[in-house]
Amino acid sequence: MKNTKVKIIIMSGYGLNCEEETKFAFEWAGGNADIVHINDLIKNPPILQNYDILAFPGGFSYGDDTGSGKAYANKFKNHLSKELQEFLNRNTLVIGICNGFQIITNLGILPGALTFNKSAQYIDRWVDLKAMGKSPWLDGIKDISLPIAHGEGHYVIDEKEYKNMVKNKQIAFTYTKGEICEFQNLEKNPNGSVEDIAGVLAYNGRVLGLMPHPERAMFIHQSPLWQKNKGKKSNKEGAGLQIFKNAINYFKK
Amino acid sequence: MISRIYTGVKVKDSRENVYMKSWASLGLSGKLKNISVVDCYALDFNFSKTELQQIGSLLVNEVMEEFSIDKLLLKNNFDFIVEIGYLPGVTDNVGHTTKETISDLLHIEKDFNVYTSKIYLIGGKVNLGDIQKISSSLYNPLIERGSITKISKENIQNKSISLPLYIPKVELKKEEPVLKVNLNISDEELIKIGKEGVLGNDNIPRGPLALTLPYMKAIKEYFGKLKRNPTDIELESLAQTWSEHCKHTIFANPIDDIVDGLYKTYIKGATNLIRKQKGKDDFCVSVFSDNSGGIIFDNQFLITHKVETHNSPSALDPYGGAITGIVGVNRDTMGFGLGAKPIANVYGFCFGYPDDTRALFRDKKLTQKMLSPARIAKGVIKGINVGGNCSGIPTLNGFVKYDDRYRGKPLVFAGTVGLIPRRLPSGILSHEKEAKAGDYVVVTGGRVGADGIHGATFSSTTMDASSPATAVQIGDPITQKKMSDAIVKEARDMGLYNSITDNGAGGISCSVAEMAKECGGAIVDLEKVPLKYPNMEPWQIWISESQERMTLSVPKNKWKAFQELMESRGVEATIIGEFTKNPKCIVNYKGKAIMDISMDFLHNGLPKHQITTEKIENTYSEPKISKKYSSNFILEELLKEENISGFSFISQQYDHEVQAGSVLKPLSGRGLINTDAQVFRPVLTSDKGVVLTSALYPSYGDISTYHMASCALDTAVRNAICAGGSLKHLAILDNFCWCSSNDKNRLAQLVDAVRACYDYSIGYGTPLISGKDSMWNDFKGYDEKGNPIAISVPPTLLISAIGVMKDIYKTISPEFKNNRDLIYVLGETNEELGASEYYKLLAKKGNNNDIGNNVPKVDFKKNKKIYEALESAIGKELVTSAISVTSGGLAIALAKACVGGMVGCNVSIKNIRGDASTSNSKLFSESQGRIVVSVSPKNKSAFEKMVKNIPYTQIGKVTKDSKFTITDGKNKIINTDIKKLSTNYHSFSNKMK
Repeated sequence: MKNTKVKIIIMSGYGLNCEEETKFAFEWAGGNADIVHINDLIKNPPILQNYDILAFPGGFSYGDDTGSGKAYANKFKNHLSKELQEFLNRNTLVIGICNGFQIITNLGILPGALTFNKSAQYIDRWVDLKAMGKSPWLDGIKDISLPIAHGEGHYVIDEKEYKNMVKNKQIAFTYTKGEICEFQNLEKNPNGSVEDIAGVLAYNGRVLGLMPHPERAMFIHQSPLWQKNKGKKSNKEGAGLQIFKNAINYFKK
Repeated sequence: MISRIYTGVKVKDSRENVYMKSWASLGLSGKLKNISVVDCYALDFNFSKTELQQIGSLLVNEVMEEFSIDKLLLKNNFDFIVEIGYLPGVTDNVGHTTKETISDLLHIEKDFNVYTSKIYLIGGKVNLGDIQKISSSLYNPLIERGSITKISKENIQNKSISLPLYIPKVELKKEEPVLKVNLNISDEELIKIGKEGVLGNDNIPRGPLALTLPYMKAIKEYFGKLKRNPTDIELESLAQTWSEHCKHTIFANPIDDIVDGLYKTYIKGATNLIRKQKGKDDFCVSVFSDNSGGIIFDNQFLITHKVETHNSPSALDPYGGAITGIVGVNRDTMGFGLGAKPIANVYGFCFGYPDDTRALFRDKKLTQKMLSPARIAKGVIKGINVGGNCSGIPTLNGFVKYDDRYRGKPLVFAGTVGLIPRRLPSGILSHEKEAKAGDYVVVTGGRVGADGIHGATFSSTTMDASSPATAVQIGDPITQKKMSDAIVKEARDMGLYNSITDNGAGGISCSVAEMAKECGGAIVDLEKVPLKYPNMEPWQIWISESQERMTLSVPKNKWKAFQELMESRGVEATIIGEFTKNPKCIVNYKGKAIMDISMDFLHNGLPKHQITTEKIENTYSEPKISKKYSSNFILEELLKEENISGFSFISQQYDHEVQAGSVLKPLSGRGLINTDAQVFRPVLTSDKGVVLTSALYPSYGDISTYHMASCALDTAVRNAICAGGSLKHLAILDNFCWCSSNDKNRLAQLVDAVRACYDYSIGYGTPLISGKDSMWNDFKGYDEKGNPIAISVPPTLLISAIGVMKDIYKTISPEFKNNRDLIYVLGETNEELGASEYYKLLAKKGNNNDIGNNVPKVDFKKNKKIYEALESAIGKELVTSAISVTSGGLAIALAKACVGGMVGCNVSIKNIRGDASTSNSKLFSESQGRIVVSVSPKNKSAFEKMVKNIPYTQIGKVTKDSKFTITDGKNKIINTDIKKLSTNYHSFSNKMK
């Protein structure tokens, strides 16, 4: 076990916007997180070596112009390809949440791609997820409810690759009919994703990309069920925090 | 050379179905078969073939997209192509991003541009007329261009087509930079200049100055003393600074016997008195003096709030108007003190009814058609969506109201809450700022174009054929987000500037002149202002309202650090001048002084004038109560009314959970009802919360604007208390949207409404911390037959409330929750149905205007006791749900609480307090001060002890079946079920999805 805190680098700039709450979640889980602007990383790429976890938070990088996540991924690729490869070669973790997921699929470190929701409209609601894959990020998680907020969360993948992913346990989460859908009478798959896929894995489960926002479910009061269940649980911690705790624990084992 | 790169989706494109459905509803002659959407990027630079290939790959994700160069591929049988692009000079955000990406990849230093367009390939049994219909549904001719191309057999054989290589580049003719304007002319000619604008070289007036004759005469006199005529830029600058929009002359001038004017006497007067009464509990920190109002959040932070309107631009370009409204008010937050961080957005829309398809025109020749209410609503809703979502600011509180009189000009309210540490790292107070003589005048963010010229003066007049299209701007939220992050998250805490303000109405002419007051004056070198394209005239640069710009005063020794920071964050920052001690506002252009006005004349030179009012009492017939409609029927009908029903179609497309502070959401409970109050947690390490509400009753104003205002204020306060807010820490914002403000009756109505704000804010001890007025919401134009038509909005007052809650874990949501919980109504139900939703429904069904006269009246002494009792009960956690009784009355409040929880209720209204006599008045009266709460049986006696000194009645119980039953003691007067009520409540929203 390390005696120093696990270090997380959270990317920012050009319209990413969930970096502060993502930092809060990682630090509440026991880590030590820095928010680093992409231009500062480009200026000084070796700093990436100081970190254990690389996080691409949610947001609207470049306003989704030319397709969500694309422009930010292009900039990252143009300047930091080698460093990213070196980072992945170490025993590290990467997470991309929402726009971060869109960015890392465009970076090519996760399979598949994300396109317009089937309604062609932005939607903010909660979803129920079933954890499927094999990954340190998913330790002890079976069913979890988290919020989504996106216009381009419709995951696409071809059939052959999908089969491979299933075999390799690379499907992190699928949308399912659970507590929330039951409660608010919602359809399980909010965006038309192929095979109800909400999150995927690569690099032996070390890289996780997902559309739902675990940091928006780290407090009990964020859940739509909170008012109904008020008083039943005294814990202020929401279900989403587990994902961040898992990441920190990975380095403490 | 121009190249076109086309990108398309290889996989199934979800947008196609949506277009298919929406176009089919346009009434086409035949059936559509194939639709495909392609993005086009036109590049005006000589790229090599290899480079174009590289660029193409940048623009697609190979998993699902592909590109082609110069040839548009036709993979299916299509008959027509519709291409929609921007007009020259209109902000093209995607174009900017693409340019940046290309420059980053190819290391191109040279100047080139990318112009994007959307291409729709359409196939089916449709003719050119159909395609024209589709095309015109896709673009707004004020900002966009559309072109239609017929696909030939040859194209189909070749499976490709080459479209014309056009780019919408702005090319301005070089003009004489500065004109002198001769003011030694007749009064008629002065009036003409004031109304239509300075004559340009082409002898065409440049657009409204909104300067009346007394103003023109004051200007003439000032320059007469200087023995010269003003330049065009001087006149334009005065017009901006003196506009109703900026100087709020109707609120500032003496009116009747109110010598100090409405604002000073009643608005500021109320707040000053409340602050004095609160003594050491006063929580106001910075009110009236800054871009937003600031109050204490806790020992460490202040919260700020400001609500703006963007009505006129939204009428012409709904999307652009609304998005610039919201990102504009975000800048009012960044411009509070030394820069607050935007943490929540609010919105409010007043539209004409979506099924109103009457055509209206701005001109007699019927060439300038107004957009339909449905089209306006769609664009406005999307504008707030993109503005908030892209900026990472949760959009929380909102409402939508419908009335035929919003058909000419919609009302679009946009507001932002901000957060700022009370002291910055250097120890200074964050809400104090002062530009110092010798500081650089620095502009950051977007560049200046000819867009947004005469916005301030345009919104100070009636909309008609002369309304300038250039008043429209498109927002670029990402440019602003980069600037906002760089300023409020970095530069502010590094202490790199002494003062900051936003560029809104009047552009830099107003922001520089405003900041210059802090030190004396300013001198600006106008040619240094970064422009979107060459050859803009100096007066245009000075007053342009191009978006996403802040003005800062940066000490000389901090400039280098400031500039480096901005550059590393991808934000443009430029020195354009210097703040001075000399009390003058001087503008140079290429070394020549073109404006030189004393600060005193610029800010205080506008002549005062006495305003007089004349009150007309409006009386209406009382409606005939027909036996035809049962109470059951009325309830079910009312729930379907646009002004009562849910609007989840809006709430769900706005990100309301970003920043992770969500507590009480815009939609609540099993049945997803719209909440009247929202609660969030701005500082994640603190359990304190912020509650936001808003209220307005424009229909009540038909009877009395005094009661309209008092009811709005009462409701905004009550909604906050219901969610867990506290009267001790609650502030109010006012937004007046009036009409025909030269009409003495309208002005009398204004005085009444303002007086009510004074009386009731003092009554509740809720200070007014920020406000805004928009006095000319009138439309003058022509109907389909060319007959003149005038439509004015009903006098509308929006009251917003912002409060601090001690413990977010005590927040209460509005829906019923548990079987057997006891239902109480607090407060009195009186015979107050004038202009109620019930009477309006009867008037609609009877095709008359018999809305009665008994408008609800507010007794704040009684209500305050009720609110205090409820506050204590919520504090002791004795209440399970609380919903405010508002439009539609008690029956509607009960229905919403049941639909929210998807539970039933069994209620008797026999013993409710108040003088309402008939069943229908008990059910549908809109008496203020009432709340429906549910309480767990185990808390019954504790709760009743807390409310024993206020009027209350236990009216029934929550049931687990789906029955919704209300009796008058004996008979069931309402007997329906929750599924039916839920369907009706959501029917309007489902139709709009």
